[in-house]
Amino acid sequence: MELLKFGDSGWGDELFFATLMTLAVAITAMLIGFLFALIFTPLKISKNKTLNFISNFYTTVMRGVPELLVIYLFFFGGTAAVMYVAKIFGYDGYIEINAFVTGAFSIGIISGAYSTEVFRGAYLSIKRGQFEASKVLGLKTNVSFFKVIFPQMLRLAIPNITNVWQITLKDTALISVTGLVEIMRQSYIAAGSTRDPLLFYSVAAVLYLFLTFFSMKILNKLEVYYRRGY
Amino acid sequence: MTSSFPKLLSATLVTLKLVSASLLFGIFLGTLFAILRTGKNKFLKAFSYYYSYIFRGTPMLVQLFIIYFGLAQIEYLRSSFLWVVLKEPYWCAIIAFALNTGAYTSEIFRSAFETIDKGIIEAGKSLGIPNSKIFYKIKLPIVLRQSLPAYGNEMILMLKGTSLASTVTLMDLTGVAKFIISTTYKPVEIFIVAGSIYLLITFVIHNIIKFLEKKYSFNN
Repeated sequence: MELLKFGDSGWGDELFFATLMTLAVAITAMLIGFLFALIFTPLKISKNKTLNFISNFYTTVMRGVPELLVIYLFFFGGTAAVMYVAKIFGYDGYIEINAFVTGAFSIGIISGAYSTEVFRGAYLSIKRGQFEASKVLGLKTNVSFFKVIFPQMLRLAIPNITNVWQITLKDTALISVTGLVEIMRQSYIAAGSTRDPLLFYSVAAVLYLFLTFFSMKILNKLEVYYRRGY
Repeated sequence: MTSSFPKLLSATLVTLKLVSASLLFGIFLGTLFAILRTGKNKFLKAFSYYYSYIFRGTPMLVQLFIIYFGLAQIEYLRSSFLWVVLKEPYWCAIIAFALNTGAYTSEIFRSAFETIDKGIIEAGKSLGIPNSKIFYKIKLPIVLRQSLPAYGNEMILMLKGTSLASTVTLMDLTGVAKFIISTTYKPVEIFIVAGSIYLLITFVIHNIIKFLEKKYSFNN
């Protein structure tokens, strides 16, 4: 217990900040994932075969290739890619991308593939009658989407988005390979310097359980909110 | 890119071994815990509930590290016969993966057990079929068929999960890919090759499950 104290003598405060870091990465990754979903869901629903192919390619690859491999791709390739782009704009120096950006982006691109599938499923299970009704009422396309279709999509999507959140939260543990100090990395450091891996990895497990437990509580509330009227 | 291909192919074998071993152990664990969970004993019920809750609520990396780094710390374990198994990263990885997939599998089977139509069991009972036979000949086939699609997903998740073995010094497909990337500094090319191998295996699993689903479909 001595080892888990807050302050200089223990690892309590370090682990606390590491937990915040995990949350920050997970939330950022989730939002990046929504951005990807925002781009790829319409492509998936559209009737154009080429656009369908592009988004199917994206979701298949990102859901079929191990997360660790994707992280390595961006970890080793990200700097080179950014420097290449910078060179086009005439900047020749060395650019280092920090671990947070690499991690959040690579987990985000994976989480986006899952979110795309969820939103596509939600869109497809909305009854055709809803579209026809809003057309008959003379609603403009964007009004009918944001006021009629999208709220219903949310109701259908939120239970599955909760699953995506769980996956994303657990995937953040893999970012520790890039050196970002989140729960897993902090436990690794603490375990290394105290030679007590059993304690620190168990604490890490408890912290993750704590995060999943409380985020489930919150997301279930959200689910109830969007189900009102049903 | 071409010179790295043979290395990646032999690493694929390690990945396949890891997946099949963990799935094999995992399916036994899953069945066992699903039965306990749907059974009458309250203590065993709670035990299997918390087992699946803990293993599904924490990242597999943590589980792997606890088993590989953490258990080695216990003096008692190191002097027991279990140490023969636990000192090998290979077996630690398989134990961690099997426990993890066992938790997910038990949930899949449990929900399948719960969807069995009561009438079918009652029909079996009224025909005088003994309980053990009802289990093996009626319940289990229905459960297996019912859980095929979800189990197929779990197999694919497990395939991706075995990439974590590279963090405990095992040279599986991801491990070798990372090694080649860090020595040649060609991340994109290696990603394409290794990624395609993973996708190919995913494709094969997907099609086997699809075939089985069709073969054991309820409608023919």
